[in-house]
Amino acid sequence: MKGMKKIIGRPKYLKDVPNHYCPGCGHSTIHRLLAEVIEELDIRDRAICIPPCGCAVLAYDYIDIDMVEAAHGRGTAVATGMKRCLPDRVVFTYQGDGDLAAIGTAELIHSANRGESITTIFVNNGVYGMTGGQMAPTTVVGQKTTTTPKGRNPGVDGPPMKMCEFLAPLDGTVFLARSTVHSPKQIKQTKKYIRQAFESQLRDEGFSMVEILSQCPSNWKLSPVECCGWIEEGMIPQFPLGVYKQRQTEPS
Amino acid sequence: MKSNEKVLLRGSEAIGEAALRAGCQCYFGYPITPQNELPEYMARRMGELPGRTFVQSESELAAINMVYGASATGARVMTSSSSPGVSLMQEGISYLAACEFPSVIVNIIRGGPGLGNIAPAQSDYFQATRGGGHGDYRCIVLAPGFLQESVDLTYRAFDLADEYRIPVLILGDGMMGQMMEPVVLPAFREDLPKKEWAITGAGKGKSRFIRSLLLDVHVEESHNWKLYRKYQRIERREPRSDSYAVEDAELVVVAYGTAARIAKGAVRRLRARGVKVGLFRPITLWPFPAKALAGLAESVGRFLVFEMSMGQLVEDVKLALNGKAEVELYGRPGGVVVTPVELSRILSRRYNAMRHEA
Repeated sequence: MKGMKKIIGRPKYLKDVPNHYCPGCGHSTIHRLLAEVIEELDIRDRAICIPPCGCAVLAYDYIDIDMVEAAHGRGTAVATGMKRCLPDRVVFTYQGDGDLAAIGTAELIHSANRGESITTIFVNNGVYGMTGGQMAPTTVVGQKTTTTPKGRNPGVDGPPMKMCEFLAPLDGTVFLARSTVHSPKQIKQTKKYIRQAFESQLRDEGFSMVEILSQCPSNWKLSPVECCGWIEEGMIPQFPLGVYKQRQTEPS
Repeated sequence: MKSNEKVLLRGSEAIGEAALRAGCQCYFGYPITPQNELPEYMARRMGELPGRTFVQSESELAAINMVYGASATGARVMTSSSSPGVSLMQEGISYLAACEFPSVIVNIIRGGPGLGNIAPAQSDYFQATRGGGHGDYRCIVLAPGFLQESVDLTYRAFDLADEYRIPVLILGDGMMGQMMEPVVLPAFREDLPKKEWAITGAGKGKSRFIRSLLLDVHVEESHNWKLYRKYQRIERREPRSDSYAVEDAELVVVAYGTAARIAKGAVRRLRARGVKVGLFRPITLWPFPAKALAGLAESVGRFLVFEMSMGQLVEDVKLALNGKAEVELYGRPGGVVVTPVELSRILSRRYNAMRHEA
C-alpha cells in the first residue's frame, strides 16, 4: 500500500507450509529466528543443520537449508565429522534437553572441549516432548512429569543439569548464552545470541551454544499463556539467563 | 613407500596404508586392543599427507557418528575397532545403512562375549553378516586371509562402499593385525568418484536433506524394498571365494581368515600323505559365496566347517548347501588358535571315519 512499509513478513528461508508443532510451542519461534539469522548473515548457501530425535526432527520440512538427521544424542559427533570435511560451512545442531544433556552428554562435552567450530541450538523445555512428557535432565525440582508423578525429587533423580554452566570452564567453548522465547524482548535477545554464535563460527573461534528455555504446553499441561508464566516462575530462577561465555576476537 | 614394489608390513599397517591409498580422507576411532596399531598408524600417516583428518573420539559411539557426518559430505571415511567397540558402533552402522552412507569399518575381532580377551577369534560373524544393529539391512563383509589380500580388499572396500552406498566391514583378528608379510601397495587414488547426493550446503540450489525417519509405513516399506533390491544386486555380483586342492577332494574344509590359514596348513600336510582333503575359503562373508560352495557339492559329499567361533559360519554353509552334502562343525571359540598339526589330526580322524562309513 502506498506510503506504507513492510516491516515484518515470513523469512525467506522459512518454508511456506503449516508446521506440526502444538499451539504455543517454542520450536516454531526458534525455527523462525534461525531462518531470519541465516538470511541476515547470507549463509543459506553454506549452512547445514543437524536436526535431533524429538519433535524438531522434521526441521527439514520448515527451514530451507541442507540437513542431515542424526541419531538420538549424536548430533555434535555428526557435526564434527561434517565440519572437519567442510571447514568453511556453518554447521549447527538443533537439540533438545534429553538429546543433549542425557543421551548425548559425552558427544556434547567432547565436541565442545575439542573446540569444534560448530554451533548447538539447545532447546530446553524440561521434558521429553515427543515421547510424551517424561522427566528430562533439565526438569526442575518438584516438577511433575509422567515419570516423576510426585515431582522431581533431587534425592532420587538428581537436580537439573545446567549445561551452560557445565560447558563454560572448557577451553574449547567460545560463546555460551541462555535466553527464552516466552516474551518479545527475550525473542529478540535469542535472535541476537543465535547471530553471535553463528558469527563466532564464521570467525572459526570454537564451540558455541545458545540454550533456549522453551514452552511445551502439551506436556506441561498448561495453556500457552500459562506456559510463559511457568518459564518466568519455574524455569528462569533455576536457569538464569544471560551470556555465560564470550571470547570474541574482533573481525579484521 | 613406493607403489608396485614389495614391502614388508604389519597387518594393521597394511590395512591403514591401503586405505590411505584408496583415498580415505578421514579416520575416526577410539582405542581398543588388539587394533591400536591401526589408529596409531593413521594418526602418524595422516599427519604427513595433505587433506586428511584424524580424530581420536571419546567413544566408539562418537567415532561411528563422526564417520556418519563425514560420509554425509561425500568424503571417503574409515573407522576401526575390536569386538566390544564394534558392538557400540551398531547403532551408527544401522543409520549408515539406512541413509546409504558409504563407509569402511574394520573389526579386529577378539574373544568374547563380554569383555572376553584379546586373542584372535571369529565370534562376530553373525553380528557382521546379519546386519548387527536394528532393522533390515546388510553390510558387505570382507575377510582377508593374508596381508596382500588385506591390502587389495581394503583398497576395494572404498569402491564397493561408494558404488553401492553401503557400509563395508573388514574382518580380521589380532593374528592378522600383528603378523608381517610382504605386500605390494597400490598407487594413491586421485580419481575419486563424484557424489551428487552428498550434503554440502545448498549453495544456490534447492535445499536437501538425508534422513532415516520415515513415518509413513508405505514410504518406509518402499525404502526397505529399495535396500533389498540393492542387496540382491550385491548378492548376484559380489560374492568371492577361493579354493585349494578341491579337485579330487572327498572332504572339504570351509574356513575364512586366520582359520583358513590354519586349515590350508593342515590340508597341505594331509595332501602330502595322500589324504584327499581340500579347502574352500569365503572371501566375502556377505554376500556369502553360496553358489560356488554349492557347485563344489556336485563332487564333494562332506564338508567340515572350521571356525574360531561356535556354530556361526556353519549356518551359512548349511544354507548354501541346502542338504546337498553332509556338514560338520569343528569350532574353537574363546580365542584359542589351534595349530595346523592339531587341525590335521582332526581332519584325518574325520576323513578316516568317513571312509570307514563308506
